[in-house]
Amino acid sequence: MLPAEQAAPSYLTDGNTLRSWLATHDHKRIAILYAVSITFFFFLGGIAAALIRLELATPAGDLMSADTYNKTFTFHGVVMVWFFLIPSIPNTLGNFLLPIMIGARDVAFPRLNLFSWYLYVAGGIFTVACLLLGGVDTGWTFYTPFSTMFSNSNVMLTVVGVFIVGFSSILTGLNFIVTIHTMRTTGMTWFRLPLFVWSMYGVSLVMLLATPVLAMTLALIAAERLLGVGIFDPALGGDPLLFQHFFWFYSHPAVYIMVLPAMGVVSELITAGVRRRIFGYRFMVYSIIGIAVIGFLVWGHHMFVAGQSMYASIVFSILSFIIAVPSAIKVFNWTATLYKGDIAFGAPMIYALGFVGLFMLGGLTGLFLAATALDVNLTDTYFVVAHFHYIMVGGSVMAYLGGIHFWWPKITGRMFSEAWARFAAILMFLGFNLTFFPQFLAGAEGMPRRYHQYPAEYGLLNILSSAGAVLLAASYLLPIGYFLWSLRFGERAGNDPWGAEGLEWTTSSPPPTHNFEAPPVVTEGPYAYTHP
Amino acid sequence: MNAHAPHTAEQFDDAAQQRDAATLGMWAFLATEVLFFGVLFAAYTVCRVIWPDAFASASRHTDLTLGGLETAILLTSSFTVALAVRDVQLGGRRLATGLLCGTAVLGLVFLAIHGFEYYHDYKAAVIPGIRYEEVGGFAAQERLFFFLYYVTTGFHALHVSVGVVVLLTMALRTHRAAFGPGYHTPLEVSALYWHLVDIVWIFVFPLYYQVGRA
Repeated sequence: MLPAEQAAPSYLTDGNTLRSWLATHDHKRIAILYAVSITFFFFLGGIAAALIRLELATPAGDLMSADTYNKTFTFHGVVMVWFFLIPSIPNTLGNFLLPIMIGARDVAFPRLNLFSWYLYVAGGIFTVACLLLGGVDTGWTFYTPFSTMFSNSNVMLTVVGVFIVGFSSILTGLNFIVTIHTMRTTGMTWFRLPLFVWSMYGVSLVMLLATPVLAMTLALIAAERLLGVGIFDPALGGDPLLFQHFFWFYSHPAVYIMVLPAMGVVSELITAGVRRRIFGYRFMVYSIIGIAVIGFLVWGHHMFVAGQSMYASIVFSILSFIIAVPSAIKVFNWTATLYKGDIAFGAPMIYALGFVGLFMLGGLTGLFLAATALDVNLTDTYFVVAHFHYIMVGGSVMAYLGGIHFWWPKITGRMFSEAWARFAAILMFLGFNLTFFPQFLAGAEGMPRRYHQYPAEYGLLNILSSAGAVLLAASYLLPIGYFLWSLRFGERAGNDPWGAEGLEWTTSSPPPTHNFEAPPVVTEGPYAYTHP
Repeated sequence: MNAHAPHTAEQFDDAAQQRDAATLGMWAFLATEVLFFGVLFAAYTVCRVIWPDAFASASRHTDLTLGGLETAILLTSSFTVALAVRDVQLGGRRLATGLLCGTAVLGLVFLAIHGFEYYHDYKAAVIPGIRYEEVGGFAAQERLFFFLYYVTTGFHALHVSVGVVVLLTMALRTHRAAFGPGYHTPLEVSALYWHLVDIVWIFVFPLYYQVGRA
């Protein structure tokens, strides 16, 4: 690094007051704001998860009443889905990296970006307050007519909170789409975009087009409760299936909001770890877009037993099998990229490999559930719980943490302890499998979800699961320790500590406020590693 | 950093890039609006299919004359805002300011007529949750019609109100010569938004006022 470059202030030192953070327009600082706040919500949701596993450690309902248990898993679901998973990768890594990766100074609408963080925080505080003061017992799905007519809990205010945070999501998606369309630097053509940017594009489309449907549906729930009308309530002439259609029209694509960014992160981690070009770049791009588009057409597989038409179920089942194709293409291409490669097993790579394995298992068990006949047996059992935790926790959270490790030197300018990081990554993989694999077995044997007690024969599987949760919790706490340590004692990272390709590695660590000294010019595609 | 034009924010290279970003941003926002209202239209369709007779009898409560007047007003207002944009593009200022104020006034007249309709409904006791008296064989199901009618027209009126504020702001900025042939992106995207308000109404009017009336 030239001395002159060192002289340019980094985004971290450009203003030290609280105001310079809370009123910042810098996408990198906003990313940090998001990172801190989603970590807070992650641990809140995690505490609820710990309580659930503690209750389920014994067959009897001895820790909490059924009612409290309902409120606890609702808290866990609402907080984890809307306040951690949805914003996790897009709003932290995406905010930080997207403009840098395309060679821009900032996102297209920096003030809107800051505004969406404030919406997120306001919605978060409001929702958590409702969930704690009184609580909600409907589950995160707010199914009608229970949520509109029968539940005596804080449904109305909670859906208002989720409604608010939905706008944060919409505005982020809008900002990213416009940024990718209009802010690319000279020579950064569409097919030279890193796959992470493509995944942000796919996820933004979903955020932009699915979230309004959720927002309006939740507004209708609130209005129904307020006015005593029931377009979702059969007793009042309405249609409860209509609610489920609206809800899953958002909430199934929401799974792709969680997993598409994870796929983008993993593509970066794997190519850097094996120092190779990605295998089948264009297919990776098309599969991102394919998943984003087909993801809008599969929502009915959540309703196989809800009473929708048999023919609708068949069509949704077929479409759900079809969406496995682009997902499988991605898994094959990652494997082909790694094949006979010289793999560096650093912490980011361990996370990435963990993602590929767990995502594959989560995806394959998704096919079980997409089969209409099998789903009748497995629906509402722990098999479903295990399946979506493999995608959301095994997939998204692993990739999020892998990404945080990979870009930590860029974000903070410091190196973390590699040995501790590898230990945490392996512990997470083991703890995760110990927690959730037994749930597949319990579900296959018929253990239903959402009960605070269960017959004694499921005892062993639940003990294993609760024991795994302890390991998992430890592996989430460890990074907090060594990351904080690295901020003060970590070795200084150079511009490119991993020897990785990509515009973000050409600027200093941490980057200056406007990302680059001079706007970069791109002359070749991404992942230009010397190996073929 | 590069020398920036006065209207170009620092994250953009030049005015053209800024203009592209703002325009695409507004179109993307309008896409979310379409989905937002789309939920209400879908809910209307489903309930109407379930209860065709109740929806037919409930739609006779709406005032076709006032609804038609509102439609004419909104269509005219879309025309005047388009003229205002054109005038600014050609370098005009006074006519554009007047047209923008006129558009905002048309928006306010629309809201006033709507308010009158709501008042009428209140007297007729067909506002669910506020004043609703069940009369006739379909009353329970008619309630769904009126609920959707109020949610849809209520959200639409909210959009009109926001639009009026935006239009008045734009009128003020035009009056202060903030725009000209070289720079008028905010005005243009505001007009786009106003057109959306108009288009949503073009769907609301036939669905709630006209269909099944005969």
